[in-house]
Amino acid sequence: MSNSFRAYVGNEKHQKVLIPIISIVLGFIVGIIIMLFSQLNAGYLFTALLRGVFGINTKFIGTSRSVFNARYIGEFLVSSMPLILTGLSVAFAYRCGLFNIGAEGQVMMGSLFSIVVALSFPGLPKVILLPMVVIAGALGGTIWGFIPGLLKAKYNVHEVVVTIMLNYVGLYFLNWTVKSLPGSSLVRTVDIPDAAWLGSDFLSDITNNSRLHWGFIIVIIAVYAFYYIMNKTTFGYELRAVGFNKDAAKYAGINVNKNAILAMTLSGTFAGLAGTLLTCGTFNYGRVIPAFENYGFNGIVAALVGGNTAIGSVLGGLLFGALQAIQPIMQANGIPREIAIIITSAIIIFVAMQNGIKSVLNKIGNKEA
Amino acid sequence: MNNVVEMKDITKRFPGIIANSHVNFDLRQGEIHALLGENGAGKSTLMSVLFGLYQAEEGEILIRGEKVDIKDPNVATKIGIGMVHQHFKLVHNLSITENIILGVEPKNRWHQVDLKKGRAQVVALSEKYGLTVDPDELIENITVGMQQRVEILKMLYRNSNILIFDEPTAVLTPQEIDDLIIVMRNLVNEGKSIILITHKLKEIMAIADRCTVLRRGECISTVEVAKSNPSELAEMMVGRKVNLDLNKKEIDEHKTVMKIRNLSVKDSKGLDAVKNFNLDVRTGEIMCVAGIDGNGQSELIQGITGLTPCSGGTIEFLGKEIQNTKIRERTEMGLGHIPEDRQKYGLVMDFDIKENMVLQSYFKEPFSTHGKLNKEAIKEYSDRLVEEYDVRSSQGSDTTSRSLSGGNQQKAIIAREVDRSPALLLAAQPTRGLDVGAIEFIHKSIVAERDKGKAVLLFSLELEEVLSLSDKIAVIYEGEIVGVLDAKDATENELGLLMSGAKKGDLPDYE
Repeated sequence: MSNSFRAYVGNEKHQKVLIPIISIVLGFIVGIIIMLFSQLNAGYLFTALLRGVFGINTKFIGTSRSVFNARYIGEFLVSSMPLILTGLSVAFAYRCGLFNIGAEGQVMMGSLFSIVVALSFPGLPKVILLPMVVIAGALGGTIWGFIPGLLKAKYNVHEVVVTIMLNYVGLYFLNWTVKSLPGSSLVRTVDIPDAAWLGSDFLSDITNNSRLHWGFIIVIIAVYAFYYIMNKTTFGYELRAVGFNKDAAKYAGINVNKNAILAMTLSGTFAGLAGTLLTCGTFNYGRVIPAFENYGFNGIVAALVGGNTAIGSVLGGLLFGALQAIQPIMQANGIPREIAIIITSAIIIFVAMQNGIKSVLNKIGNKEA
Repeated sequence: MNNVVEMKDITKRFPGIIANSHVNFDLRQGEIHALLGENGAGKSTLMSVLFGLYQAEEGEILIRGEKVDIKDPNVATKIGIGMVHQHFKLVHNLSITENIILGVEPKNRWHQVDLKKGRAQVVALSEKYGLTVDPDELIENITVGMQQRVEILKMLYRNSNILIFDEPTAVLTPQEIDDLIIVMRNLVNEGKSIILITHKLKEIMAIADRCTVLRRGECISTVEVAKSNPSELAEMMVGRKVNLDLNKKEIDEHKTVMKIRNLSVKDSKGLDAVKNFNLDVRTGEIMCVAGIDGNGQSELIQGITGLTPCSGGTIEFLGKEIQNTKIRERTEMGLGHIPEDRQKYGLVMDFDIKENMVLQSYFKEPFSTHGKLNKEAIKEYSDRLVEEYDVRSSQGSDTTSRSLSGGNQQKAIIAREVDRSPALLLAAQPTRGLDVGAIEFIHKSIVAERDKGKAVLLFSLELEEVLSLSDKIAVIYEGEIVGVLDAKDATENELGLLMSGAKKGDLPDYE
């Protein structure tokens, strides 16, 4: 190994990028090994990725049927968008030194608030109702983030414990409310009015009838807002100071508790928006959810893989969105969708082992420089 | 030649730096050989190579003339090398005997640990070398000086005859240092050979036979101490002439800026770490709170700056009682704080320098307008401070603080705190762990503040620093002031007695 390579992997800045990439590669390797052991064709994993992410169907190459199908790209984005938002949510809290396990519940509360507002004002025009629905969703998540923030600041209750509990409260509260809304069946509400719908025929048309919706604009705004708050504002400076070093922040007269509350609260806002996207974009009705759908938990990984930055969360969200989008395609090829779940989980494990990966990199880097 | 250790041409590299470059070092039978150098000069690396913690890339080590390969500390122990680390490696809830025999316990015929036999061996060793310890006492109940004796006994118990002492006097009182010197002499007389890692010239003059000076990883020279003098050694260590004399301006007029009355502050266990504490800090004067570590200094600093609430008494600062005000209010009133733990409190290590430079003022114009950071203003300000206070780094204001050396980290903090021109500068152990060059700079900055007519409240554990820097010395013992003296009249011996609580001194009348 050349010296420049060693210096490269030993450098802390490069490691921030290298470690997620290594984790992802290792995760895929684990998936492939398991496929080989199960005597499955590992090649299908890659054809599924090509098809699920880029819309290219390799089977049709050389036939008269169209190789490219934009619907897959649309669906890939639809599954990625909520994950980007929950990724931002987790990353935001993490930058202030807090671990938001509660994005899951915050997504549900966002869904709930959106659906309630959407169904309560059926007569309003789209220019009024749609912003209301979005704000309601943001508010739902915000409240669900504020509670653990407040408890942390006032009584030093650990945010992990509170957010886990609130996930369950959110789940059952959502289901109970959805079932109680007028016209609901045991599994869903009635359709939301068109005025509250994020979907669009235009987007659907250009992506060959996918469910792609205007939510991506919300995602772009959220990503920019994250970046702007974190890096350009006085508030972001305080958040980062608290996140990096609570003692030094206190020394500088920064109100650590206030920042903890605000960080958790805004973290919830991002997750709440994901709920709106699901309810009023991906679907157009409120759903009864039998169990956690893991938007929040996958958001944790998206944030971790992305190094808790805005752009990193986007990339992380896209990665796990892709792994979600390929599941039906793999299944159609006779490969259990669990393989994609195994890969996701393996990446989580490797990201969690980042200190180990780091020490290996350091060893390679240090042997000779 | 009777060389017990010969290190030839040792080279040890770390990414980006050469910690030791072709260093030669030898230790004669029965001598005390000092290893002198600034922080980062490569002393610890060299000794870590000898003790097997690191492997050198080049060079060889000969022990009593035989080439050895010291793969790890176990090998080092086996061939008779022992080391007393700067931070002791003791199990606090075990007894002295248990700590000493740990790992090489004597066994009885049932293969159980034979504590009795171990205890007898410990007693025998401690008598032979004059290392008085109570073999049955728990580590947590004994003084730091005694803990050090336990560390020495650990080496002796393992039959080490090449003893490495890493900065052994850093934690000791003057009296304990005297005792240690006697112990080291005893050890040498009994046939041991000693390597003493230090940056204190006075100790070298007092005890060492020879001295090897390292600078930037290179061996500068090895000299006979008797034929050298402190200023020559200092020059070799730093690489230029060092002026440690401080010229302080005569100041006659003093105004009291801070009055502390009957202050008490509790420690983390809820016990009074500071009690009935009285002190006046005046303009144009460096008031030093001196004492042995752990006598309430940290709690006092935290109480004054607001990091910990005071449990009683008053602090009057510029005519206003501040004991219940917020940290930022105190800072804004003109309290500068160079914290005792610079990496914990002084800097956000993952911030770059410019972000740290505005840690106390980021929210004010021109650094922030309407909640938005003004990056150009911050950068400009930071560039000026970096230049003025000579903070050396790879990328100027954009360097991550973590990558700075300790001295430059401290300079950055001093730049930030002094540039705000505070009415009172509280400097807690401002030179701890720094090299001579940085110490010189920091002392001059502090004296400059005093000369400008500001008040300085200094906390220091280093007696030399206390005596050279202060105008007045208040000795703290178990959370109380036990004597206030003029620095001009103070002697090390007297301070030592006050610090250890053996004597009570005079106190001024506090109204």
